[in-house]
Amino acid sequence: MQLSSVEIEILKIIEENHKLSVESIALMAMCSEETVRKTIEKLEYEKIIMSYPTLINWSKVEGQEGVIAMIDVKVTPKRGVGFDEVAERISRFPEVSSLYLMSGAYDLSITVEGKTMNQIAAFVSDKLSTIENVVSTTTHFMLKKYKHDGVSFNSGNDDKDRRMVVSP
Amino acid sequence: MKHDYEHYLSQTAKELQPSGIRKFFDLAASMEDVISLGVGEPDFITPWSIREATILSLEQGFTSYTANAGLLELREEITTYLATRFGVHYNPNNQIIVTIGASQAIDLAFRAILNQGDEVLIVEPAFVSYAPLVAIAGGKPVAVSTSPVNGFKVTAEQIEAAITEKTKAILLCSPNNPTGSMLTKDELTEIAEIIQKYDLIVVSDEIYAELSYDEDFCSVAAIEGMYERTILINGFSKGFAMTGWRLGFLAAPKEFFEVMLKIHQYTTMCAPNMLQRGAVEALRNTYPEVESMRNSYRRRRNYVVQTLNQMGLECHTPGGAFYVFPSIRSTGLSSEQFAEELLMQEKVAVVPGHVFGESGEGYIRCSYATSMEQLQEALKRIQRFIEKKGVYADSQSEKVNAR
Repeated sequence: MQLSSVEIEILKIIEENHKLSVESIALMAMCSEETVRKTIEKLEYEKIIMSYPTLINWSKVEGQEGVIAMIDVKVTPKRGVGFDEVAERISRFPEVSSLYLMSGAYDLSITVEGKTMNQIAAFVSDKLSTIENVVSTTTHFMLKKYKHDGVSFNSGNDDKDRRMVVSP
Repeated sequence: MKHDYEHYLSQTAKELQPSGIRKFFDLAASMEDVISLGVGEPDFITPWSIREATILSLEQGFTSYTANAGLLELREEITTYLATRFGVHYNPNNQIIVTIGASQAIDLAFRAILNQGDEVLIVEPAFVSYAPLVAIAGGKPVAVSTSPVNGFKVTAEQIEAAITEKTKAILLCSPNNPTGSMLTKDELTEIAEIIQKYDLIVVSDEIYAELSYDEDFCSVAAIEGMYERTILINGFSKGFAMTGWRLGFLAAPKEFFEVMLKIHQYTTMCAPNMLQRGAVEALRNTYPEVESMRNSYRRRRNYVVQTLNQMGLECHTPGGAFYVFPSIRSTGLSSEQFAEELLMQEKVAVVPGHVFGESGEGYIRCSYATSMEQLQEALKRIQRFIEKKGVYADSQSEKVNAR
């Protein structure tokens, strides 16, 4: 879809910080608040803006740490629908937070989030492996998050303003 | 025995005025939780690949001197950069010097061209170092004041009116610190005619060239007849977010280069080797990041200019750099009172305009090189401050539409 330069500008502003008010976005993009509102509505409707996720570092919250696993899946593609049918079926499970078709040694890359390791083990053995066309699975548990969606989890240092209060 | 230190010290050094910004810095630094719009540097940290290239150069043991003029590899990158970005062509072997920040480059330029008593025109409001650097080199700074009527841009007529028999050079800084005003190619062409007519030299501080938002930046050296009489000064501080690296450069005709290089080699030998290697990476590979920083500043500029105007602090839309220079005259306060009271009452630091020269009185410099969250909060506090001063209602009628 072809977008105008103002629409792209609005997208870039909310990509960086979606908490800004419509008024602030309008001032930054040099357009009216009405334009911002309509543009956001249109882009949401067109599914160009997919959602406004909040990136939470759960590992910092006691009792809420959770477990994340990345699972490599080999699949026998089905005539006519290729990988799409099985991929869509897997993506419907609420445990699955992301799913990609990959080139290389395996076919699907799945990210699964659960409360415990047992929960993920149960998902793999009971639900995923038993799907027709799934040939094999390899589960990797994530040990620590350093960076996710472009945000560094670990380096508090880069956010710190080390500048003097006044300088020429 | 009691020493008469007055007797020991240089007359020129004694007569230098301490920077007005210093006093304000001391005050602001003594307070906690201050939101600062007083910072003259990017809020971004130097792009990672530049930092990494520097670390690598240290690991590889590049800890020696480089050539006086700087690493040839870097000078070659600089000439390519100046040619492709601004259309000005220099020879890396005998026209470029890598300096300790753009400030050293300005110092070298004045020391190289000035004789005792030569006058240098300085377009005000101006960066705090220009006039003292002229004085240190034995020259006499002559202010050419600009006003917000035409967005703090200096005109050819104003320059011509300030020229005397002693005028040797003019210092141009576009985009400007503190006003952010930027001269277009047409405006520079008119100024260039006067400069040629009176046979002056231009010291052109182009440190903010990468931060121009509405129009393409034009280097004065690219204007016909100006190359021969221009000492072009630029550096990595602002565009590449490398202020603490203290890396600048100058480009000039060979005859200027040779004299400036002599002074450079006796005073500093060379810029640090490992940092110059980082700068090579900056010019080669970080342009997308420079562009993304520029876009971010542009959006914040739009927000700040319009918000200040809406609250009644009349503010022109600057074409470049990361400063706005709103008038605070409607408050009835001097720029120093305004900045001091704002700091004490609302904990927001801005720089009083008078530190940039007499024509800066009645204005404050606000840097928008800080996060949107901080800007929003700072502007909210400024609004509260001027409402308390009771000027809000009056000034609404003078509201300027900056769009």
